[in-house]
Amino acid sequence: MKKLLVYIKDYKKESILAPVFKLLEATFELLVPLVMAAIIDVGIPRGDTGYIVRMCLLIAALGAVGLISTVIAQYFAAKAAAGFAKNLKHALFSHIQRFSYSELDTLGTSTIITRMTSDANQVQTGVNLTLRLLLRSPFVVFGAMIMAFTVDSQAALVFVGVIPILALVVFGIMLWCIPRYKTVQAKLDRVLGITRENLTGVRVIRAFCKEEEEVSEFERRNEELASMQKFVGKVSSLLNPATYAIINIAIALLIWIGAIRVDAGLLTQGAVVALYNYMSQILVELIKLANLIITINRSIASGNRIQEVFEIQPVTNDKGDVQSALPSADTEYAVEFKNAGLRYKNAGGNALTGVDFAVNKGQVVGIIGGTGSGKTSLVNLIPRFYDATEGEVLVGGVDVKDYPAKELRAKIGVVPQKAVLFSGSIHDNMRWGQKDATDDEILEALSAAQGMDIVKRHGGLDYTIEQGGKNLSGGQRQRLTIARALVRRPEILILDDSSSALDFATDAALRKALRDLPGNPTVFIVSQRASSVQHADKIVVLEDGRVAGVGKSEELLETCEVYRQIYDSQFRKEGRLDVG
Amino acid sequence: MSDKQKKRETRKGTLRKVFSYIWRYKLLTVASVLLALATVALSLYVPILIGEVVDLIVGRGNVDFAGVARIIFTIGAVVVANACLQWLMGITNNKLTYQVVRDVRDAAFKKITILPLKYIDSKRYGEIVSRVIADVDQFADGLLLGFTQFFTGITTIIGTLALMLSINWRISLVVILLTPLSLLVARFVASRTYNMFKLQSETRGEQTAFIDEMIGNQKVVQAFSREDEAVRRFDEINDKLEVYSRRATFYSSLTNPSTRFINSLVYAGVGLVGSLTCVATGGAFSVGQLVIFLSYANQYAKPFNEISEVITEFQNALACASRTFELIDQPPQTPEAQDAAVLQNVDGNVSMEDVEFSYDPHRKLIRDFNLSVRPGQRVALVGPTGCGKTTIINLLMRFYDVDSGSIRVEGEDIRGVTRKSLRSGFGMVLQDTWLKTGTIRENIVMGKPSATEEEIIAAAKASHAHNFIMRLPKGYDTEITEDGGNLSAGQKQLLCIARVMLCLPPMLILDEATSSIDTRTEIRIQQAFARLMQGRTSFIVAHRLSTIREADIILVMREGRIVEQGKHEELLEKGGYYAKLYNSQFAV
Repeated sequence: MKKLLVYIKDYKKESILAPVFKLLEATFELLVPLVMAAIIDVGIPRGDTGYIVRMCLLIAALGAVGLISTVIAQYFAAKAAAGFAKNLKHALFSHIQRFSYSELDTLGTSTIITRMTSDANQVQTGVNLTLRLLLRSPFVVFGAMIMAFTVDSQAALVFVGVIPILALVVFGIMLWCIPRYKTVQAKLDRVLGITRENLTGVRVIRAFCKEEEEVSEFERRNEELASMQKFVGKVSSLLNPATYAIINIAIALLIWIGAIRVDAGLLTQGAVVALYNYMSQILVELIKLANLIITINRSIASGNRIQEVFEIQPVTNDKGDVQSALPSADTEYAVEFKNAGLRYKNAGGNALTGVDFAVNKGQVVGIIGGTGSGKTSLVNLIPRFYDATEGEVLVGGVDVKDYPAKELRAKIGVVPQKAVLFSGSIHDNMRWGQKDATDDEILEALSAAQGMDIVKRHGGLDYTIEQGGKNLSGGQRQRLTIARALVRRPEILILDDSSSALDFATDAALRKALRDLPGNPTVFIVSQRASSVQHADKIVVLEDGRVAGVGKSEELLETCEVYRQIYDSQFRKEGRLDVG
Repeated sequence: MSDKQKKRETRKGTLRKVFSYIWRYKLLTVASVLLALATVALSLYVPILIGEVVDLIVGRGNVDFAGVARIIFTIGAVVVANACLQWLMGITNNKLTYQVVRDVRDAAFKKITILPLKYIDSKRYGEIVSRVIADVDQFADGLLLGFTQFFTGITTIIGTLALMLSINWRISLVVILLTPLSLLVARFVASRTYNMFKLQSETRGEQTAFIDEMIGNQKVVQAFSREDEAVRRFDEINDKLEVYSRRATFYSSLTNPSTRFINSLVYAGVGLVGSLTCVATGGAFSVGQLVIFLSYANQYAKPFNEISEVITEFQNALACASRTFELIDQPPQTPEAQDAAVLQNVDGNVSMEDVEFSYDPHRKLIRDFNLSVRPGQRVALVGPTGCGKTTIINLLMRFYDVDSGSIRVEGEDIRGVTRKSLRSGFGMVLQDTWLKTGTIRENIVMGKPSATEEEIIAAAKASHAHNFIMRLPKGYDTEITEDGGNLSAGQKQLLCIARVMLCLPPMLILDEATSSIDTRTEIRIQQAFARLMQGRTSFIVAHRLSTIREADIILVMREGRIVEQGKHEELLEKGGYYAKLYNSQFAV
């Protein structure tokens, strides 16, 4: 949390002035009981109406000055908190942009999103309240005590005794409750869990006629939750009565001491009233402080979660925009894998081991293998989404680690497995591939990707795609993501199982179009279907992260057992009607 | 009826329902009200006692010690009694609230288990879950706050008013006239703030959506080197948000200082009029009484502010409650007839006669559908993804009812038999594998809780699941995390097969694996399926050519409709949609 405070440094002035003005207001508030005491001791006994009017006007004036101070304080606090949140979020978002796939995998996107939204908001609230209130409440508590001393040092000893007792009770109850609130939350999560489960598994639960059992399980968990809530409630609802009793008993004590001192002529009637008022002020402030501490506690927890994200440093060290002296890329190979291996962070074993093959410029390469055989891992090494942990990967004869990431990725068009589109027009989405692409270039790419009918059906490139492409079918999304990659006229095109939602005819037309692309790019086609790769110039067969064979389809049928198995299972004896 | 009226009506209805839940705990409710009255009375009594004691401490040598001692003991006794009652009230309110909340949740969950699938399928899970969890939580907060503050607030206001008027009506007038100012100011600030808050939350929403979209697809953003562009667009929203957020925070933080200021005006006013009255009456209106007024003036505005807070909170709570009640009040699935028969001795005769069905009345899906399946026959459902193969499953299991016509098992219309007996006649393995959180063993015995250890292991072995289960850290007692995150897709499917293998019902509904499972596991699943199907009537969502060829009946589906029906050879000969599908795949 502490490290996050750098983001408030642009608002130093505000962060200091907010509490200062707040304390000013508190000071005015602390003066009021003294004025009232003066009225009782001086104004009323003397019957001096002019004095009474002046003093009452003074109370109103103190209120007005207090109001102005607070308004100023609130403004500075709001400004500092909002500015802090802005800086923090900007830094966080930019930081995340530098993450490589590895960090994204470890953190998980949903975590990052929560950190950026609800955690950041919580921290903002915390900063705002801290600036406004954290100093004020203790100030009033101790201020009231000091004022009591100015009134009468002996009676003030009651304050010295009561404040620690009050603090003990308030914070003791709080400290007892906070961990138990966590237990309540955990029990609530269990109730949530079973509710969710009964929706996601509704068919299975009903098929096995488990409804009644699920209801009794739910009731059991729900009862556990309720009894925990009642248990914690018993203690937490002790807070108000306990402080009430302590303060009022202290007041009684104060009056008794006051009575003795007044009788001795050491104190006035008005002074006793003032002491009573100061005691009342303390109660209000202590309760406020307790609530504030709960909020701040939550904010600190949120702040620490955000801090964790900042502490993750991306491992892929990008060469940045610095133009490194690239060795002359005079090679016939588009991509070479030299004994490359990959082990994911925290993984037990290698995802890829000893991958070694080269691809000529303009070739079409098929990558085939079962699930988990490492197909996607393999192609992810080319744009350096992950760093090879062994060996090296060369693009155009240069190790990918020697490229600035942007320059490397500009050469490559990637069509990921999940067809992701962004909210905006088709036009906007196509320009992801190439910022300044002309309409003609876009249409050309769309037609190669068999996407012209989508544009026609939806009335042109301005058709608005909803977030996640919800208003398009899976096949339409896939074709648009292919077109997006083609718009940049890549030297290397990677299709990661990206025709799975296309019907056979479209798939065939697409494969044909890919062969005739302008610029003759090198194409990688990742697939589980033998039919998608069988016409490739080169097929790489993967099994358990190792290359089981490289060659043309006919060669592999002769030499590669794994390939033959896949091929046979899909084409011959055990064919599948691959429509589902 | 206008929208506003309708809203008011539903709010009234919700309120009635809330009260009917609360009224189940009559004793607690009555106790809560009585305790509130008692604590308010005692709380208001303390300032009076203090006022009286102040009047006994006049000056040097002029202190009535006996009186002071008497009153101080009274204060002590009242305060302690009041604290106890307050605690008791807190406990009562807590108990009442959490029990009501528990009852509402139970009712909501019970409804979920008997809701028609149609409702569940048409809603996102998250939405239903939030009606049971988040909405009820919000409702609980509002209810608790309502109990603790609304009633005490109102009695405090009335009590204070009565006591002040009984002492001196003129000074009371100052309090009564000035206090509403604080409410007006609070309302004025709140209405200004509302717009700012709306802008803030809209912009926050915009920002969240943007973060969700970009970070959610960060890998694509990086693949296209759009990081800088993303930051630029993020900053646009972020800067806008800063402005709105600053304003919203600032305006909203004005409420407290303004009401505090009004309070000090009231205080000054009471001080002025009170002191002058003191002087004018020559002590008939005493300093002690002035002190009483001053402390009442301090307290008087508080319940007003609290009540307005409670009302907003309570309205919010009611809105949440109405969402939960909407779920609770959903019509349940068609209840079972009183005389619903229990299906017995099922051999696997299934027939569909003139079945008509559609999800949407405007789009007829299945019409005049007839099918007759004899025991042991295999029916393959074939068609492209999303063609509605699950519709048949929905109808067979009676997750949905047919619109007209009938489905019969052993000649009995399935609407005339108990759901339980119908569904236990079927074994179902869906591709969308679902396991409950719990151990592997608990999942396998779902269909037959009485199974012995030997039976469980035999079933797991027959489904080729035993080996991988034994490799898990705790074998059969390994906990499965939510959605089976610690198992692979293939393993999950094997477990689902074992689940059915254990109870071996006479009819099966199977979903063949698609490409997401590796070849070896797929072969195991095939073998397990084959073992299951021996001698049982089976409906298979089929992808494998061998399954389709060996089927006794192939149902070809397209866009939710059954377009063809017959054996492999017949359908090929017919040269229809099936033939086209088949040729596009295999006649390369």
